[in-house]
Amino acid sequence: MKRLVLPLCVAFSLPACGDNHPPAVSPVAPNAAGLAAFETVREVFQHPRCQNCHPAGDAPLQGDDSHVHAQNVLRGKDGHGNIGAECTTCHGPANPPSAFGAHVPPGNVKGWHMPTEDLKLVFVGLTPRALCEQIKDPARNGGKDMPALRTHLDDPLVVWGWAPGFGRAPVSVPRDRFLAAWETWAGAGAPCPGDATASR
Amino acid sequence: MKLDINGVVRDIDAPPDMPLLWVIRDLAGLPGTKFGCGMAQCGACTVHLDGQPVRSCVLPVSAVGARKVTTIEGISSDGSHPVQRAWVEADVVQCGYCQSGQIMTAVALLEKRPDPTDADIDAGMSGIVCRCGTYNRVREAIHLASRLKRGNR
Amino acid sequence: MNRPRDTQISRRGFMRGAGASLAGLVLSFYVPEQIARAAPVQPKALPPPNAFVRIAPDDTVTVVIAHSEMGQGIWTTLAMLIAEELECDWAKVRSEHAPAAAVYIGPAGGIQMTGGSSTTRGEFERYRQVGAAAKDMLLRAAAARWKVPANKLVVEKGVILNGKQKLRYGEVAEAAMKLPPPASVKLKEPQAWKLIGKPMRRLDSLDKITGKATFGIDVTLPDLRTAVILRPPAFGAKLVRFDGAAALKVPGVEKVVPAGDGVAVVAKHFWAAKLGRDALVAEWQKPEGGGVNSDVLLAEYRKKAQEPGTTVASVGDAAAALSSATTRFSSEYELPYLAHAPMEPLNCTVKIDGDRCEIWTGTQFQTVDQKAAATILGTTIDKVQIHTTFLGGGFGRRANPRSDFVAEAVTVAKAAGVPVKVVWTREDDIRGGYYRPAYVHRMQVATDAKGNPSAWDHVVVGQSILKGTPFEGFGVKDGIDNTSVEGLAESPYLERVSAKRVSLHTMKTPVTVLWWRSVGNTHTAFAIEGMIDELAHAAKRDPLEYRLALLDHSPRFAAALKLAAEKAGWEKPAPEGRARGLAVHESFGSIVAEVAEVSITEGRIKVHEVTCAVDCGSAVNPLGVEAQIQGSVVYGLTAALYGKLTLKDGQVQESNFHDYPPLRMFEMPKVSVHIIQSGAPMGGIGEPATAPIAPAVANAVFALTQKRLRSLPLRLA
Repeated sequence: MKRLVLPLCVAFSLPACGDNHPPAVSPVAPNAAGLAAFETVREVFQHPRCQNCHPAGDAPLQGDDSHVHAQNVLRGKDGHGNIGAECTTCHGPANPPSAFGAHVPPGNVKGWHMPTEDLKLVFVGLTPRALCEQIKDPARNGGKDMPALRTHLDDPLVVWGWAPGFGRAPVSVPRDRFLAAWETWAGAGAPCPGDATASR
Repeated sequence: MKLDINGVVRDIDAPPDMPLLWVIRDLAGLPGTKFGCGMAQCGACTVHLDGQPVRSCVLPVSAVGARKVTTIEGISSDGSHPVQRAWVEADVVQCGYCQSGQIMTAVALLEKRPDPTDADIDAGMSGIVCRCGTYNRVREAIHLASRLKRGNR
Repeated sequence: MNRPRDTQISRRGFMRGAGASLAGLVLSFYVPEQIARAAPVQPKALPPPNAFVRIAPDDTVTVVIAHSEMGQGIWTTLAMLIAEELECDWAKVRSEHAPAAAVYIGPAGGIQMTGGSSTTRGEFERYRQVGAAAKDMLLRAAAARWKVPANKLVVEKGVILNGKQKLRYGEVAEAAMKLPPPASVKLKEPQAWKLIGKPMRRLDSLDKITGKATFGIDVTLPDLRTAVILRPPAFGAKLVRFDGAAALKVPGVEKVVPAGDGVAVVAKHFWAAKLGRDALVAEWQKPEGGGVNSDVLLAEYRKKAQEPGTTVASVGDAAAALSSATTRFSSEYELPYLAHAPMEPLNCTVKIDGDRCEIWTGTQFQTVDQKAAATILGTTIDKVQIHTTFLGGGFGRRANPRSDFVAEAVTVAKAAGVPVKVVWTREDDIRGGYYRPAYVHRMQVATDAKGNPSAWDHVVVGQSILKGTPFEGFGVKDGIDNTSVEGLAESPYLERVSAKRVSLHTMKTPVTVLWWRSVGNTHTAFAIEGMIDELAHAAKRDPLEYRLALLDHSPRFAAALKLAAEKAGWEKPAPEGRARGLAVHESFGSIVAEVAEVSITEGRIKVHEVTCAVDCGSAVNPLGVEAQIQGSVVYGLTAALYGKLTLKDGQVQESNFHDYPPLRMFEMPKVSVHIIQSGAPMGGIGEPATAPIAPAVANAVFALTQKRLRSLPLRLA
């Protein structure tokens, strides 16, 4: 069913895409589809695999319950941890082999890290609207426009969310569905939910 | 494969997935690096890769590549490194089992932060577990080592 | 109260100190009968100096340490005792572990062991005697060389002087060694001590900061193999069958052999053995009745606590006094199972050669382990040689009456037919049994007009550590294992309570238990100091003043409390957002008072400062005492804040430091230590500061939040 629906949404949303000024009264269908797609995007961003490195405070989170990372690990100025306890002190260049057991720090070819201290890109605890607006705001997302954001989704650290290593649940939404939802949302003009939407 | 440990390049016959820790201990015969948890929880296995501390218990040996491995044996064998001297002066060790990891981490910390604050020490040293409870003296020794290194005491 | 105070019906009286000293030296006084026969002790004779000290031609003095160095600093302290009398150059003193042999059994008799915070006080005479005897022999050798009377000679830092003539100890050591030891020696008066009582740095530092110190896990031998063992997944589970075919396909794996209750994989190195164990296929029979669940077990304990158990001590009629009292309190305190989790996972290396066997391990229990190995091999203990390595932490885990990790390694080496080092993983350690038992305490207390306790009924529910071990005959009397109740009946808080009873329900479970740093005091101090604090607050009295009033007949306790409180600034309010709590407890002959200053930070208990006052009678090495107090506080605080094992269907759920977390640097309070040299008989120092920290923190949390936490670990919600 989804496969049938998605291209339709994209098709519907295309006209809105080229329009920098959303019409006063949005066409109901594309906006609703865009918002529905954003909900999928949000679900991914606020999944523990993604949000654990995007906390509000300076300590990363860990686990499916997003508890504060053990060992007083902190982001540090550049997001690579503090001296003596850099992220890469424990997180290697790849997920360790399954023979190393569960709960072993995962790894990444890009070098494990968090957003920097002055550009925190918080995912945790934000309302869908606040999250949405932050993602799109170049002043808060590292100067990225929508195409650049889409490119960022192929960043190895982002892709890791779907291959998080032995004993760790991947992001709940399959990656292809996430990317399709992203396209839908972006295609719909990246609409953000209203204020009324409850905090997640 | 070739592995540069403490400046000596060795030929190591190890499966690529073998943790660096066990290569160092069981194949290279350098027992100063310790096994405590096997999951980067305790830091007893800390070594340096090109000067940066890493937990050797969760790093497959194949991931080391050309980087230089330094173990506690490579810091100084006579205890003359300022961090080691500070450790003796502050009478830090108890059972001693975690101290290789403590010292390797302190050495790396002081390289980049020559005059660490208590907050720097809390942030940098909390990955290394000591069940004997030497933390107060570890802290004291790091401050002391900082002064020794800067020739100011 | 018209009942005369002294008509007691106690099996064992409320005699202060009796229990404490018993607990402290229980191990060194006790000789399991079969071991005693095999290892006779020569009574009263001076120790043979040559067994305890060697002097090399280069003047190096090597002190042979009859106990195990596990961090507590005895390599330094015992060496200080010899050096004090020997008058040698401290810079030339080294230490080494003694082999397992009868001569190294403590002067009190018993077994060669380390535990009960007994080393320094137990060896205080013997090691000084050795130093004095060795000096006597060296002087006689020099006197013979110079042909002068020995009493004309003086010694300065290992150099013998005869007017302008000089001889170094190293120059006469060989001749001295051949002389008969003196029949008796005169030890120095305390005023003449140059080392004892001075802060001395450790002798094992250099080895431990350069990676050269050899722990059991570091032992290497030609053709040594490493074994990793698959043990039962649950208490009570039994191996039905196993298939080692897949394990044997792992490169480096050489053998798969049965090992006690499990299966051992023997390989060229640890990693191969570990992978081999992962590949083992084993079928286990589930424990009978489904296995232990700690929640169910503790509920059962709580129920049991409603009724009195076997009487430990009783004075007056506590039940009657309580029922007629107008002001009564009832509280239950609860403590979980705890693992010791020393940093060095358990390990043991064994080489068998015919009827002889060599063992390399970090053990606290040489004689017991010798016996266990001899039994397995069908040989005698004189054929079992133990090389004691450094211990990467002991905390009681490496002193097992059942010799579990040693016996297992001997079994594997025997089955494998090669020298084997058995190495435990951390998961094996956390799940591998021998825990501080879980306990429930229920106290019913009546108070008088001032709020002081007038009746006290104390029910303890928990497992016995000693029952079923070779130590049962000594440590368990009339069904009471002293380690279950130590610190209660003899508590000075109860001394003036006219109606009191302590009783014990000894519970049976399949969970194996063991002493854990400071043993029974870990739970008794938490219960009694928590209850006293409750009474103080109920009486609307300052917790310090309330305690001091109860302790006015116990000057050492009062002095320790006052000193800790004074140094902690008890008189001044704590900084904004913080509060202080205190506790005092005697164990192993030492009294420790602690004041904890806490806050609630981000919903978690944060301990900022701990101020300790310790009366250990006299401190041989104050620097070592400070380290042991700091360490004990950390060990106890870890348990107070985090320590808990959960059993489900007989299986321990926790497995490593991520779910059995240790205290870390950023959580470390500043621990200050104030030593009281009271001149009382020397007490132990390795354990006594462990027990007071949990109640001190819980009492501080109450002062801060008005929330009384009666269960460990301390959880706010």
